[in-house]
Amino acid sequence: MTTQMVMYDEEFQQISTICERLGREANAKVVFLVDKNGQLIASVGATENIDTTSLASLTAGNIAATGGLAKLIGEKEFSILFHEGERDNLHISIVGGRVILVVIFDNRSSLGLVRLRVKKASDELNKIFDALLKKVQVPGAGSPFAEITDDDIDNLFSE
Amino acid sequence: MSFINYSSREINCKIVYYGPGLCGKTTNLQYIYANTNANAKGKMISLATETERTLFFDFLPLSLGEIRGFKTRFHLYTVPGQVFYDASRKLILKGVDGVVFVADSQIERMEANIESVENLRINLSEQGYDLDKIPYVIQYNKRDLPNAAPLEELQNLLNPRQIPHFEAVAPKGDGVYDTLKAIARLILTELKRGT
Repeated sequence: MTTQMVMYDEEFQQISTICERLGREANAKVVFLVDKNGQLIASVGATENIDTTSLASLTAGNIAATGGLAKLIGEKEFSILFHEGERDNLHISIVGGRVILVVIFDNRSSLGLVRLRVKKASDELNKIFDALLKKVQVPGAGSPFAEITDDDIDNLFSE
Repeated sequence: MSFINYSSREINCKIVYYGPGLCGKTTNLQYIYANTNANAKGKMISLATETERTLFFDFLPLSLGEIRGFKTRFHLYTVPGQVFYDASRKLILKGVDGVVFVADSQIERMEANIESVENLRINLSEQGYDLDKIPYVIQYNKRDLPNAAPLEELQNLLNPRQIPHFEAVAPKGDGVYDTLKAIARLILTELKRGT
């Protein structure tokens, strides 16, 4: 079973900073970070016209399906996926076996550049997620939901 | 596994609708999608074959409101019900917070229902989950059909633990929201307990 994913302000800022820099250095249009269950963690760049929730879910589905294929041929996983379009391309990679990094780029960049910058960013992101995981596992780090009451839950469904 | 984001003050949970082929999982999501306020729902995605059978999954993001300043978001997924899509079903169960089992009430689908519950139990345990411990509700769908089995019989066969169950006619919406509310409530109660 996977560990509960929790995101705090501090780490979120660090992650966003890395994603923004990656977007700049790779000349990318958009950078996304998604967890393997399909939840969007962060997104930077020209996201206005993109349905980020759907993108997160489909990316996770894509990684899950490709992971299934990998196992069938005796691989642990395929850590990088690349989808080439007429205008835009998708570079998808797995960071630290836990989260998925998605970079959308067009002909102002290149696959080589994106791969290079993704590699550097992945190492940095991995360290943050390691630290995050340790933080979550500290006893007493508890969920903010420990204090909710049955009434709180009832109120959600009252209308 | 739910995702608590302190930064955006959000909590995200994953609900999976499971059940045999043509039991009405996608219809449940379609009804919810068609009858939810635009500001509370995202786009519904269906990865289906040309004949509208679910190939990989349907996906519908929903916002249910706020609890203690946290937005509660539920991601609804369906699995492909057809037996030979088992590899895909396993993938969709990853990170699940709660399961709705949609049973087909028709007498001739009883075997398919039983097989699907067994399959659910096995696939969950492969992911490290125990069907007896996670939030789980049953929906008996297609109650309006003349060949629907009596509720008692369905309960005996599919619900030995007497978990919450709902009778439904998904295309009309009967029981659809009741089922959704029940599973969402169980998930939030589980979060409160701090798993």
